[in-house]
Amino acid sequence: MFRPVLRSSSNLLRTATPSTALGSRLAAYRCLSQEARSKIERAVKEKPVVMFMKGTPAEPQCGFSRAAAQILDLQGVEPEKLQTYNVLADPELRDGIKEFSEWPTIPQIYVNGTFVGGCDILIGMHQSGELETLLENNGVIPKVEPSEDTAKSTAASS
Amino acid sequence: MPVDMVALEKAIKRAFEVTHLHIEDQSSGCGDNYAIILVSEAFEGKSTLARHRMINELLKDQIAQMHAFSQKTYTPKQWEELQAKK
Repeated sequence: MFRPVLRSSSNLLRTATPSTALGSRLAAYRCLSQEARSKIERAVKEKPVVMFMKGTPAEPQCGFSRAAAQILDLQGVEPEKLQTYNVLADPELRDGIKEFSEWPTIPQIYVNGTFVGGCDILIGMHQSGELETLLENNGVIPKVEPSEDTAKSTAASS
Repeated sequence: MPVDMVALEKAIKRAFEVTHLHIEDQSSGCGDNYAIILVSEAFEGKSTLARHRMINELLKDQIAQMHAFSQKTYTPKQWEELQAKK
């Protein structure tokens, strides 16, 4: 369920690396193939919020992925607006997404196809209120009226 | 190859005007899990994402060898405000 787009990656790897020359194999290893890139391009736009993580939101396999998943949950991101990909289940995706985003760590979060950041950035934006604004402006979560907002934050902090 | 803290510190100080730098080895000594706090003028006018990308690029080779890397980046002004709140 969590990785519908990037299933045929092993075929792709085989076609992209002809067994003739070592040089071309190295090149394919170093550069993301056009095919892999376009798959990831589609994947990051799969849902309004897309997260590449270790494990799943229900069973995260790393503390950073757990924290990121919890923040999205706290922000009230509905499951139908969130697509997660388990990079541990797909080694090519694990390397590919790092290169695609030019970001060395997992998790990675995209909102409407735009890279937001990793766990540190998500936590920072959550604390400063920027994340809520970003999700509201992107139509991921409903905008809350100022008066309701005050009531809500009071309720949440008590 | 574990990453050594002194090498990290040197690399950062070579590239940035550092107001404050705190590097914490969170791996109990095996060198594969670091958290850094870096305060620098160089971050002025840059988004958090842009700041993190600067660090990621600078420490590309080291981060690739780590299991985990966490960073907090502040301008001197932000850092002062943060300290005042504490």
